[in-house]
Amino acid sequence: MNGVPLGAYIGLSLFMFTTGVVGVIIRRNPIVIFMCIELMLNSVNLTFLTFARYQMASKPDDRIAMQNSMMAGQMMVIFVMAVAAAEVAVGLGIIMAIYRLRDSVDIDELNLLRG
Amino acid sequence: MNQTVGGVAITPELLIFGGVAGAAALCAIGVVAFNNAIRSALCLVVNFFLLAFLYFTLNAEMLGITQVVVYTGAIMVLFLFVIMLLNLGAPNLLVEKKDPKKYLGILLGCGMFVLLGSQLLPELLKINAPTLSPELARFGGPEAIGRSLFTAYVYPFEAVSVLLLIGIVGSILLAKRRI
Repeated sequence: MNGVPLGAYIGLSLFMFTTGVVGVIIRRNPIVIFMCIELMLNSVNLTFLTFARYQMASKPDDRIAMQNSMMAGQMMVIFVMAVAAAEVAVGLGIIMAIYRLRDSVDIDELNLLRG
Repeated sequence: MNQTVGGVAITPELLIFGGVAGAAALCAIGVVAFNNAIRSALCLVVNFFLLAFLYFTLNAEMLGITQVVVYTGAIMVLFLFVIMLLNLGAPNLLVEKKDPKKYLGILLGCGMFVLLGSQLLPELLKINAPTLSPELARFGGPEAIGRSLFTAYVYPFEAVSVLLLIGIVGSILLAKRRI
C-alpha cells in the first residue's frame, strides 16, 4: 500500500509494545504475562517488516542493496517466530511444573527465589 | 486532490489501514484488560490475524501466511490448551487486586508511549512508501524467502534448528514427572 506513511505502522507497533509492557507489569496471571510478551514480539516483527518495505527509498538505484535490505527484515522475523515458538513451549512447561508443585500459578505468591 | 490532516494525505489506503490498526490496538488492550484468561487469548488471536493482514499490505505475503499458521494456529492453541488444562478460565480464580503498583505501571507505560511517540512519529509520518517495481514486489514470496534462507542465512537457520531441538528436549524434561 503506497498511501500509508511510515509513522502509521510504527505508531501501531509502538502502541502494541507499550500495551505489552503495561500488561507484564500489572497482571498477576503468568499465562497472560506470556501473552503480553508475545504481543511485544509481534510488534517488533511489524517494525522489522515495515522498515524492510520502506527502507528501500534510501538507495533506489542499487537493486542488490535494495533486495538485501528487504530480505534482512523478513529473515529476522522468521527467526523471531522460531524463537517465540521455542520460548512458549518451554515457558508453558515451566508454568505446568509450578502448578504441579504449588497448586497455584499466582505470580505474586511465587517467592521461592527470595531466599 | 487528497485532503491532508497535519501534513498527512488522507488516502483510501490510509483509511483501510486505520480501521485494521484500530481494531488491532483495541484487541491489544483487550489482552491486558480482560480478567478472564480465555478472553485475553481470543483477543490475541484476533490481533494476530489483523497483523497478518498488515504483513500482506507490506508485501510480505509468505510471512503473513506464516503468522497465521504459526501464531494463531500453533502458539495460541498451546495457550488455550494450558489455560483449559489448569482451569484458569474461571475469573474468580485469580482476582486482580486493587494495587497502587497497577496505576503506577499504567502511568509508566503512558509515559513511555508519549516519550517515544513524540520523538519518533512526527518525523516518520512524513515518509511515504516507495513504489515497488514488479520484480521487487515478488520479494515477499516463498521462492525468494526460501532462496535467501538456504544461501545467505543458512548458519542462523541451522542455529535455529538446534535451538528448537533443545526446546523440545527441555519441555519434555520439564513435563515428565520421572525420567
